[in-house]
Amino acid sequence: MLQTRIKETFETLCATAPTEAESEAPALVTGVQQTDYPTKGYHLEVTLSPKQIVAATEILDREGFFIEAITGVDLLTFNQPTKKKPAPKVEEGAEAPPEEPEEKPGPPQMEVVYDFNHFDENCRVVLRSKIPRDTPEIPTISGIYPGANWHERETHDFFGIKFIGHPDLSPLLLPEDADFHPLLKDFSQ
Amino acid sequence: MNGLLQQDPTQETFVLNLGPQHPATHGVLRVKLTMDGEYIDRAEPVLGYIHRMHEKMGENRTWAQFLPNTARLDYLGALSYNHGYVAALERAAGIEVPERAEYIRVITVEMNRIASHLLWFGAFVLDLGGFTPLLYAFDDREQILDLLESVTGARLTFCYFRFGGLYNDIDDDFISGCRAFIKRLRTRMPMYHNLVTKNIILMKRLIDVGPISKEMCRKYGATGPVARGSGINYDVRKNEPYSVYPEFDFDIPVYDECDSMARYMVRMDEMEQSMRIVEQGLDKLPDGPINPEKAIKTVKPEKGDYYMAVEAARGSFGIRLVSDGTNTAYRLKLRSPTFSNLSLYEEASRGMLLPDALALMGSLDLVIPEIDR
Repeated sequence: MLQTRIKETFETLCATAPTEAESEAPALVTGVQQTDYPTKGYHLEVTLSPKQIVAATEILDREGFFIEAITGVDLLTFNQPTKKKPAPKVEEGAEAPPEEPEEKPGPPQMEVVYDFNHFDENCRVVLRSKIPRDTPEIPTISGIYPGANWHERETHDFFGIKFIGHPDLSPLLLPEDADFHPLLKDFSQ
Repeated sequence: MNGLLQQDPTQETFVLNLGPQHPATHGVLRVKLTMDGEYIDRAEPVLGYIHRMHEKMGENRTWAQFLPNTARLDYLGALSYNHGYVAALERAAGIEVPERAEYIRVITVEMNRIASHLLWFGAFVLDLGGFTPLLYAFDDREQILDLLESVTGARLTFCYFRFGGLYNDIDDDFISGCRAFIKRLRTRMPMYHNLVTKNIILMKRLIDVGPISKEMCRKYGATGPVARGSGINYDVRKNEPYSVYPEFDFDIPVYDECDSMARYMVRMDEMEQSMRIVEQGLDKLPDGPINPEKAIKTVKPEKGDYYMAVEAARGSFGIRLVSDGTNTAYRLKLRSPTFSNLSLYEEASRGMLLPDALALMGSLDLVIPEIDR
């Protein structure tokens, strides 16, 4: 079945370049995950380092997938706790439970998400890649899928992500002289 | 001497601006045409003239407050966009929809699809120079809009669906009105085919004009009638069924010729199939509530991201929502089908005559507010 074949191919891809990914960003976990389709809406979720994106897209192109969408997510305020948990009540005489250690936030990141789908068999594959927010760069896939050209221009418009190798990263939806990126979480007019 | 003669005078090109205000561009689309005489050297669509940043609005509004925005994207087929958004949240938050509501949703979405295709038909033939069919198509479309207005309260920018159901139930007038309308349209369709489809001028304008190959559709992500006119049998209602579409018996028209005539025929046949779906829906309509028993006050999907695709009139409309557990979206991406469909225009129109390129653009069925969002 297409889904199992794709999953195995991606598992091989993720397994072949562990040292490269580890040396760049130790916190980055690459891997393939089969998701619960009725809840999530997609079948396979592949987390990759930015350098593996082109190879992964070539795999999908060979298997006949079509590009559905490319977008970005600004993770600046994603994991911020909404409200602090109240301290648990302590009975008289009992010892207070130890406080949970607070998670230290890592450097702020952005995520680039690629959606692919297949015309013949229902198999949605999502490629994700986390890039540092200060220097958001990722190689372009417009050489493999020409349709990615406009999607990447739009993502650059909204987030400022630079797609390395893109022929023309001028604004698509924003005015041609725009130098702001509206979908960043710290954007204010 | 040779330096002066390097530019061959027959290779001189000029830039023609198919400006944002133009009757054939179906909205505010600007196309920068580099022309070599009457042939197009390069056609570069320039977008952004109606960019309203709906995706940012999605982050600043609660889930329910964003509902009217979904109707403003593609105002001709707004109910599918309502459906996509509502179904995405129902999938994310695990809300069950009563069966009657699902049937009414399908009935109204298919009526909306017929209305959208009728407008496309009139406007497309208008682009090619035929002024008459436009008002015939609008006459039929008015009946649909009146029916939908009696139920939803809006003629164009519907905000009819709610999380878990609908805003208003349909009454017997709507059901009998729909049946009467379908009966009428079935007698009108042969007239459209005799007047327009079998017209020798239209056939010469459309047959073998604007070929879009299967591979081009795949590389650019074109879906909907553009893909089905190139021999790709892909329809979200059949490939990835949602709502109660599995209960209906309908066909997906697919044509292999890849030219503008094939895309035209796909949409004409789709109108007939939508009529079949509406008839079956009205026959099978169950009784019952239209909203879940426990009224939904606030919707709070679990943290994570979700994707939902529906078949809009123009292709596969997708919503990717990232939720952080609060009552506003963290990121709401609207995957617009016409955006992907138009992206292949630059490659497909190379070397074409200008009138043929306009026929190709009309056959893509563009609605610019949906591209620009």
